[in-house]
Amino acid sequence: MGTAIREIIQYRSLLRNLVARDVKIRYRRSALGVAWTMLNPLLMMMVFTLVFAHFLRFSIAHFPIYFLCGFLLWNFFAQATSWSTACFVGYAPLLRKIYLPKAVLVLATVLSGLINLALSLVPLALLMLVEGHSFSIHLMFLPVALLLAAAFALGVSLLLAPLCVLFADIAQIYQVVLVAWMYLTPIFYPLEIVPPEYRVLVTANPMTHFVETFRAPIYSGTLPDTGTLLAAATAAATALVVGWVTFQHYSDRVAYHI
Amino acid sequence: MLALELSDVTVRFRLPRDRVRTLKEFAINWLRGRIRFDELEALAQVSCAIHRGESVGVIGRNGAGKSTFLKVIARVLRPTTGTVRVHGTLAPLLELGAGFDPELSGRENIFLNGAILGRSRRDMERRFARIVEFAELEAFIDAPVRTYSSGMVARLGFAVATDVEPDILLVDEVLAVGDLAFQERCLERFHGFRACGTTLVLVSHSLDLVRQLCTRVLWLDGGRLVADGPAAEVISRYRSPSAEEPVQAAS
Repeated sequence: MGTAIREIIQYRSLLRNLVARDVKIRYRRSALGVAWTMLNPLLMMMVFTLVFAHFLRFSIAHFPIYFLCGFLLWNFFAQATSWSTACFVGYAPLLRKIYLPKAVLVLATVLSGLINLALSLVPLALLMLVEGHSFSIHLMFLPVALLLAAAFALGVSLLLAPLCVLFADIAQIYQVVLVAWMYLTPIFYPLEIVPPEYRVLVTANPMTHFVETFRAPIYSGTLPDTGTLLAAATAAATALVVGWVTFQHYSDRVAYHI
Repeated sequence: MLALELSDVTVRFRLPRDRVRTLKEFAINWLRGRIRFDELEALAQVSCAIHRGESVGVIGRNGAGKSTFLKVIARVLRPTTGTVRVHGTLAPLLELGAGFDPELSGRENIFLNGAILGRSRRDMERRFARIVEFAELEAFIDAPVRTYSSGMVARLGFAVATDVEPDILLVDEVLAVGDLAFQERCLERFHGFRACGTTLVLVSHSLDLVRQLCTRVLWLDGGRLVADGPAAEVISRYRSPSAEEPVQAAS
């Protein structure tokens, strides 16, 4: 593992290039460019507020902020892991000809997801200003929450990336899984709304804890409670270990299949 | 001092007889007990040791496993069985400009290609001027690579890949591109490397080139190492019609 990490550090210039390219390609073809990253969550927020706060009359105070916290973190996870399902196939011409530490490709998808998330924190801050929401000192905790979520996303991506080369339909299956997964994460509903007999479905979902960890300092202005934080840390560590082991096992076979 | 050690290296591609590409098909066929593979051995139990400073040519017919041989050394492919040991730094010239992005300028591609080869940005900045000069692209360096001719792309790729002081240089039939003057400068650079004690492994169909650059030749046929010896000797055996089917007798 030590050599693998040293190699990633050696290839940091490649990592920087890949992330810059991801970001550039994403915005090159649109007139509004980076503004889309900021507009998109706001539009989603408006639709969800209309449906859940006004049509279905969920009584969540500051629904737009509640929703946006959860949605941004979920969006980061869903995007980063979805990109990872395509990253080896996308770089196949390169991987057939040149050796590079393949973990760099996966790491790049998670990092460019993080950049995207950082950009979309701007509209969230604007929304908080407009709504007169207070900015808590506990916002200092956000980097930790992001780090945990990124570690989890990296673990899942490391697991998915090589498997998607071996079996092409895993990428499609994963898209279906993501939809179900999103509904089982308290993004636009509070955990309390879930009937007790179903609650285990939501609390056993690791994304619940990442969303709650991220939301606490922004929405409630508090630190996440210890149980949530522990659950998030455990899930992140487990995903990293499982992802890394799977990746080490399968990534050498990738060149035989692309 | 050894530079490369290959022991019992086998690269086996499994070609599914019915093309199974999805999990669904795999599950269905697996339940029916119907996953079958044809196996193709691109390399079969190849063992050899190459010493530091040696220049080794690899010859053989198309599909003999020459490129796979280089890919295994360059770590693009991990051998199915057997081990490869590399002592020292490696510069692979498997395909010139493999990592080029046609939309980016020559300048940007130099840095991108350097990054793909695992070099730092600062390192590439130091080498930049020399690379451009060797590729003779001073006038076009800020134009996108898609506007380059194939010779220009090859020159740039060659200049980036060889502007290092590698212990081992792997070359796969890359001199076929570029004009005569450029080919001569490439050869000059190879001779320079040899003088510095760089180990050279060269795959080529041009027996003249192999004879000119290499002292030792490996002859691959059907993934097997058929002959390994002094260049002149192996080349003349390879050329002689009586040696048309040499392995079949042995196996």
